[in-house]
Amino acid sequence: MDAKLKETILNPIFKGNPITVLVLGICSSLAVTVTLKGALVMALSVIVVCGISSLILSLLRNTIPSRVRIIVQLVVVAMMVILVDQVLKSFEATYAIDKQLSVYIGLIITNCIVMGRIEAFALGNKPWPSFLDGVANGAGYGMILIIVAFFRELLGSGTLFGVDILNWLGYVPNNLVILPPFALILLGCIVWVQRSIQKDLQEK
Amino acid sequence: MEYISLFVKSIFVDNMIFAYFLGMCSYLAVSKNVKTAAGLGVAVIFVLLVTLPINYLLNKYVLAPDALIKGVDLSFLSFIIFIAVIAAIVQIVEMVVEKFSPSLYSALGIFLPLIAVNCAILGGSLFMQQKDFANVGESAVYALGSGIGWFLAIVSLAAIREKMAYSKVPAPLKGLGITFITVGLMAIAMMTFMGISL
Repeated sequence: MDAKLKETILNPIFKGNPITVLVLGICSSLAVTVTLKGALVMALSVIVVCGISSLILSLLRNTIPSRVRIIVQLVVVAMMVILVDQVLKSFEATYAIDKQLSVYIGLIITNCIVMGRIEAFALGNKPWPSFLDGVANGAGYGMILIIVAFFRELLGSGTLFGVDILNWLGYVPNNLVILPPFALILLGCIVWVQRSIQKDLQEK
Repeated sequence: MEYISLFVKSIFVDNMIFAYFLGMCSYLAVSKNVKTAAGLGVAVIFVLLVTLPINYLLNKYVLAPDALIKGVDLSFLSFIIFIAVIAAIVQIVEMVVEKFSPSLYSALGIFLPLIAVNCAILGGSLFMQQKDFANVGESAVYALGSGIGWFLAIVSLAAIREKMAYSKVPAPLKGLGITFITVGLMAIAMMTFMGISL
């Protein structure tokens, strides 16, 4: 694998993370981080949608007139999201996936990461790098989601993936962590840590 | 009476930003000063108010099970129909505003086209689908309430950020970090309204 391809994969995960650096795609993400399971499902869905729609649009890039490209992008992304949603619906009963997740899966369509990567990368690059770029951005997004969900489930319910971790030690679950505002504060702290390490990201 | 309680509830209790985090991207990006924030807020109210009743009717008479043809459930198409309606409406609104009120058009500027991909708009339609409203009036009231809630949220954050420009924030927290934490604290304050039944 050459250096440029490696950069394509690693950059979105750390240095150019879509959530903490580019501030994209926060909308649909924070409400699903109450449990690790929800975060994992959401992360995988975004990786699939982002990767495959980047691939499709990169294959089509020379045939789409630039004036109608936004509509074409929306249609492709919406189609991928519908597929993912239908797959999840069929597993809903077996794995007890939260029903409200469906609204947030639908919101992947307007997730700025997907559209942003298609606009900025897939329309100007060959299919294979575009696919990797989509997957890597989905993964960078998923990573933050899982970090936030890890702390929220551990501190808020004392469990991880529904398995008891802290409660048998006599830990009293902190209900504040379950509430939506805490996700934002946690995200602020993640940004704080990242920018303390990578000083060049700090704003003046 | 029901309309009033739905209206108040969608502004304060089910606030788009503080309870569901919808429209967060533009909320964080465009809240640097009060004037542009108010412009975007008005545009969001307007587009929500137009698209939600249309999507409600489409959902009720076309997409719902047995609505169009007996025994056919088209609800899996709702994402693509909703987003198509929103994109089309935004385009039409843009053209109408440009034609009849150039001053409003230049005030809204880039925000109008951006609204097509604002999660608050699509989210409004998806929540409307989940909430099962009884008639178009209720969906319009819900749209107006959610829009005003979003407007209040973005204007108040912009006001705080304008003041915050003068305070001494630790360097790594500056900008994005402190904004996240501020929004979190604002959301905690808004939780006072939680559990109020009207």
